[in-house]
Amino acid sequence: MSTTLSPVLSDQWDAERSWTLATYEQGRGYRALRTALGMAPADVVTAVKDSGLRGRGGAGFPTGLKWSFLPQPDGGPRYLVVNADESEPGTCKDIPLMMATPHLLVEGVAITSFAIGCTHAFIYVRGEVLHVYRRLLRAVEEAYAAGHLGKNIHGSGFDLDVTVHAGAGAYICGEETALLDSLEGRRGQPRLKPPFPAVAGLYARPTVVNNVESIASVPSIIDRGVDWFRSMGTEKSAGFGIFSLSGHVERPGQYEAPLGITLRELLDMAGGVRGGHELKFWTPGGSSTPLFTAEHLDVPLDYESVGAAGSMLGTRALQIFDDSTCVVRAITRWAEFYAHESCGKCTPCREGTYWLKQILARIEHGRGTMEDLDTLLDVCDNILGRAFCALGDGATSTITSGIALFREEFEAHITGGACPFDPVASAKFDYTPRNRRADVHALSGVAAGTVGA
Amino acid sequence: MATTAYEPYEGTKLERLERDAAQAMARYPDTRSALLPLLHLVQSEDGYVSPDGIAFCARQLGLTTAEVSAVATFYTQYKRHPNGEYTVGVCTNTLCAIMGGDAIFDELSEHLGVGHDETTEDGKITLERVECNAACDYAPVMMVNWEFFDNQTPDSATQVVDRLRSGEPVAPTRGASSVCSFKAMSRVLAGFPDGRADEGVGAGEATVVGRRLAREKGWTAPAGPASAESTDTEASSAGQAAGMTRGRDSSVDQPAAPPQGGTQGGDTGRGTDASKES
Repeated sequence: MSTTLSPVLSDQWDAERSWTLATYEQGRGYRALRTALGMAPADVVTAVKDSGLRGRGGAGFPTGLKWSFLPQPDGGPRYLVVNADESEPGTCKDIPLMMATPHLLVEGVAITSFAIGCTHAFIYVRGEVLHVYRRLLRAVEEAYAAGHLGKNIHGSGFDLDVTVHAGAGAYICGEETALLDSLEGRRGQPRLKPPFPAVAGLYARPTVVNNVESIASVPSIIDRGVDWFRSMGTEKSAGFGIFSLSGHVERPGQYEAPLGITLRELLDMAGGVRGGHELKFWTPGGSSTPLFTAEHLDVPLDYESVGAAGSMLGTRALQIFDDSTCVVRAITRWAEFYAHESCGKCTPCREGTYWLKQILARIEHGRGTMEDLDTLLDVCDNILGRAFCALGDGATSTITSGIALFREEFEAHITGGACPFDPVASAKFDYTPRNRRADVHALSGVAAGTVGA
Repeated sequence: MATTAYEPYEGTKLERLERDAAQAMARYPDTRSALLPLLHLVQSEDGYVSPDGIAFCARQLGLTTAEVSAVATFYTQYKRHPNGEYTVGVCTNTLCAIMGGDAIFDELSEHLGVGHDETTEDGKITLERVECNAACDYAPVMMVNWEFFDNQTPDSATQVVDRLRSGEPVAPTRGASSVCSFKAMSRVLAGFPDGRADEGVGAGEATVVGRRLAREKGWTAPAGPASAESTDTEASSAGQAAGMTRGRDSSVDQPAAPPQGGTQGGDTGRGTDASKES
């Protein structure tokens, strides 16, 4: 018997005007908030702890436990900061969630703030998603008007202000302490831990930083209960999650399912790998997670099983690449990304990603040497575990796993003096690369037409 | 070229910006947090982070211009020279690149006669290679002033930029009903809504593909205790029992006897919890 989908967060995504308060309240909208306001805040924390909800932003740290690390109230402010800086390559779940149902997040923010004693919460959304920012601003405005935010929410005596803050383009701000620095109006560079944000976070006050999907899962736990949540997923990886399929798959998109579903099951739902091709490699949780191949089709996609198989569940960003794809090209491009996004604070990452990029580029273009492969592994070894934050570690994941799985393909680039793959074969459309055109200028100046986009 | 010049920070412009800055600063317990919004605000006026704009931010927040510059140069969305009316960003991170993003970027670069981070002579288009923009299920993706243009091809992308240059309104795949200017976009990012949140779709095809499949197949999440509107204790506990049964029915790998007596401990915790919730 195979696992089926379990739409909870995505339940209303296909509803008419799904982003409005009116639509949200036609469903279960803000019911959980009223329930939570009738509970003791500590009981809300306990419920989330008992649910087994783990951080959906990649690291998988137990959400309720994170909340419980806040010190006893001292009369000063405590903050909730939602990490809506979704930028990990391949990851595309929080942005559509906030575009389709921003109130799900706002309700989660209100419940979480009540639970942890926060009266001013922040949603830090990346600046490169204009319409999502519009929708969040509007949702917060609607929630204030309806009394779900503001003073004395629903007569409970609980006050909450929510500020939606737009970033300005920096992957590193997804790292929670870099995000806090950025929110304080600084360069987004990670902080030394400890102290952890729970003790000294935003403005050096106790702070909880949670991912969008984690916070959006909270209302359902309060509304339908801990047992309900735990009835999905596995013992240690409880509940559901959004699995994002992209790349060479017939029907890419968002598939919400219990944790523990396999890629084989998800691919069946998504119509399989692109017609006429075989699965070559995939990422289970974004570009910072070691690569998997067809051998891993039946690995249950939960934290423990993916970890035991040598990778990480990460953000459940399942990027699917078929046999037309050059793995060296894929890994080189990711390396360029990490070099571009390295914040420069620590030497292993700043210098290491710079050299990884250079060496990979020369291998990809057929100018590498066999010795380069050892140098790559050596550089990775000097970054992994030695960088200031997880960005550096992430930069090495696809390189070390890629060389382990596809060493002969790297060698073929070196011995053949060129990339043996045709980029046209892996594209979604047919085209003639510029360097193959007889007269490139003859093809420019395409008549302006109207496009249905 | 209109985009290279900006009005001096004086008179009505300065008054207006000071009012906006005060509003942005009021959103935060510590005013320095308003620096990112203020830099977006400066771009909404000048089309880039101008020297006078940096001085303005510094004055508002009690910082030095060096401190403001240090922040402005860290983030890719802050432009150090006048930006075109439209930033056209083609995702060339791995997945989009392989699905065709590289070909789209090359085509646009040739068609527009500009490279990465360069602006066309008419001041209309600034072309960029952009990193993953969280729309991988719509690859290859192009962003115009940070609105989504999904499932692009070299032809569709070329037509979009041609229409932008000719001044036609152009609608993104998922976003407002037409793309706004770089300055208008920057004002929204500074936290000043433009009233367009209700335009456009809630979700694209790929976003709802799983949701629709579940409807077709009749797949749902377990009903849970609150399947009835009633929240009384009896309904709640009955519902929870049903919820657990459904859990057992599912094929999800749930060890019958987890190590460390997890089930038993968990059950006790859950029992306590259920009573609190009802």
